[in-house]
Amino acid sequence: MSSSTGGGRLSTLAAAYVVARRDFLASLFSRSFIFFLIGPLFPLLIGGLAGGIGAQVQQNVEPPKLGVAMSEFDTLSIIRARHELAGKLNQGVPELIEVKGTKPGVPVDPAAAMRQSHANLAAILSGTPEAPVLTGPPGRIEQWQGVVSMIAYEATSQAPDRYPVVSLAKVATSTADQNRSRIITAQLGQVVLFLLTMLLAGMVLSNLVEEKGNKIIEVLAAAIPMDAVFLGKLFAMLAVSWVGLTVWGAMIGTVWIGAGHSLGDYPAPAVGWPMFLGLAVIYFSLAYLLLGSLFLAIGSMATTIREVQTLSMPISMLQLLNFFFASYAMSKPGSAMELIAAIVPFSSPLTMIARAALDAALWPHLLAIAWQVLCVAVLVRIGARLFRTWVMKSGPSGAKRRRWWQRGAAITVEAAGRSA
Amino acid sequence: MAGNAGEAAARPLAIEARGLVKRFDGFTAVDGVDLSVPEGAIYGVLGPNGAGKTTTLRMLLGIIDPDAGLRRVLGHERPHEVAHAIGYLPEERGLYPAMKAYEAIAFLGALRGLPLAEGRKRGKVLLEEHGLGYAIDRQIRQLSKGMAQQVQLLGTLVHDPRLVIFDEPFSGLDALNQGKLEKMIRGLAAKGTTVIFSTHVIAHAERLCDEVAIIAGGRVPFAGPVDVARDRIRPQVRLETRADEGPWRAALPADARHEGAFWYFNLPDSGIEPLLRALIEGEAGILSLSIERAGLHDAFVAIAGEAAARALEEDKPEEPRR
Repeated sequence: MSSSTGGGRLSTLAAAYVVARRDFLASLFSRSFIFFLIGPLFPLLIGGLAGGIGAQVQQNVEPPKLGVAMSEFDTLSIIRARHELAGKLNQGVPELIEVKGTKPGVPVDPAAAMRQSHANLAAILSGTPEAPVLTGPPGRIEQWQGVVSMIAYEATSQAPDRYPVVSLAKVATSTADQNRSRIITAQLGQVVLFLLTMLLAGMVLSNLVEEKGNKIIEVLAAAIPMDAVFLGKLFAMLAVSWVGLTVWGAMIGTVWIGAGHSLGDYPAPAVGWPMFLGLAVIYFSLAYLLLGSLFLAIGSMATTIREVQTLSMPISMLQLLNFFFASYAMSKPGSAMELIAAIVPFSSPLTMIARAALDAALWPHLLAIAWQVLCVAVLVRIGARLFRTWVMKSGPSGAKRRRWWQRGAAITVEAAGRSA
Repeated sequence: MAGNAGEAAARPLAIEARGLVKRFDGFTAVDGVDLSVPEGAIYGVLGPNGAGKTTTLRMLLGIIDPDAGLRRVLGHERPHEVAHAIGYLPEERGLYPAMKAYEAIAFLGALRGLPLAEGRKRGKVLLEEHGLGYAIDRQIRQLSKGMAQQVQLLGTLVHDPRLVIFDEPFSGLDALNQGKLEKMIRGLAAKGTTVIFSTHVIAHAERLCDEVAIIAGGRVPFAGPVDVARDRIRPQVRLETRADEGPWRAALPADARHEGAFWYFNLPDSGIEPLLRALIEGEAGILSLSIERAGLHDAFVAIAGEAAARALEEDKPEEPRR
């Protein structure tokens, strides 16, 4: 008897690595990878269309308000004047809100009031209608300077011959401006995450179908456990995605820096840029693994691209709904809607990346990541089981086989007849 | 090869299957298959297309699990545990088209636990040894179908397996390459490798196999040495006599056929000696007498039935010219 001089038995992970390595290198050095790299240009167009949803979200977000920290009489005068002016101007007149706690004779610290406020205050108007002081971020107070002057003019008891001069007190930022900026970051995060997962999870599907077409799947199935094939394919495409992300990141970064920009010029997410980017990579990977395992399970049932399109359509539609759901949930921070969106596995990464942009608390991310990892583990396991069940008995060869079996049955009957 | 049958029966088993059952969508594709494949044997799984050969082999390899029954491959009930000692060439051949020939061989070896670097080295050597040295750096898509099949065959063997399973290995090969493959199978067996192959071409099984399993309709009506299968049919006697009539005629069985100058009949249970004596004493004037042992085809017909034999012949590919 000969003894095998080959290697030893492969563990599932080692076998998955063999498959992943092959798939990763084959994908990287294929012509289609170039198309993959330029592919996001097209989704960006879709992203622009999806921005319509974003606009809706921004509208749903509470509009920035101007806090009034004046004496009670002056505050009433200012609010009345604003009401009259709003009727004449229709737009551009900020909503006013009285800053509580101002007492006659006690000086108000507008900057502190703005920081402590939870009323989405963009700036604070203090002083008197004759000598108004506008405190807030530079862009915002410069934008409102004119209209505040008009309100103050209306509010003065005597009719002055000129508009009061509004003194500007600049502070770094306001709660409202910060929120609005972060919402843009959150939206961008969601759109990019959604598009990337859809694009890349689709890749794993076409890779599998190609493999079934090449009849290689049986060779793999005979040599290594199907779970290893499944895991190998899933993680190979994840690695390809990371390469794609690195390339895209480097390209965008180069153009960005070349244009004289830096991250500091853009609305910083609540958790800060480094943590946000780290969470984005984690949420992308988890979203990809969730969707990819689902697509792989579907791919195991399909033998042609046409079948793949038919079978994957409902999943793509559902993922689109998840995206819309997560986008909508973002406009309701702290609501039950947001909680549900964070719990539903397929909308959870999208919801949480938005949360990372809007809320500085990190513990919800730890919970969400743990939950998503659990969901990935369960889904990958279910996916691998479906894959193992379906991959070797689907498609035309299955139909052909059935015809053979039917013939086989006929032979059995005849043989039985003969023996009788 | 058939001479090794007794010897093979005494060897430990490379594969043991008991009562394997596989159903697909309510249809029973394999229905209680028993197999015992001795180590180092060349074992044929013979049956028409659709008889359950591929499903049986897939169960033995662990590609699919049986719905019932027991399988033990190289002493393990889970075939993937000994995947590194098994080589498998499926009926539907497939390689990655963009891979170079030697890389494809190395990849197939890596799937069986052979380190890639070693696989590449062995792949190049194997390609050279089999006259495909010029194709080492060619992509699979640049090779002819026959060459790609040879590359896959080499990939099946690159890790030097103890057990090789071929599913319809001769299909799609031209006569020359069928001959080469037969030689390769004999070479593997000579090294002590157990070879199992499925086929619907009886001639391949008859030429190569120590033992066969005849499979039809998902069942195995016979499994054992080729000689035993043949012995299921009595040897045929062909007799030529000088005399047309005479007392010797009483020695012939009632169902003896007279065709041309010859009489044909089954060898009687009592053997050849009493027959010869009766013919001589009955003054038959024997001109020639031969005893022809039944071929595997006749055995197949007798065991599996006419329908199975017809199905077998319908899909019969071209025979190699020898």
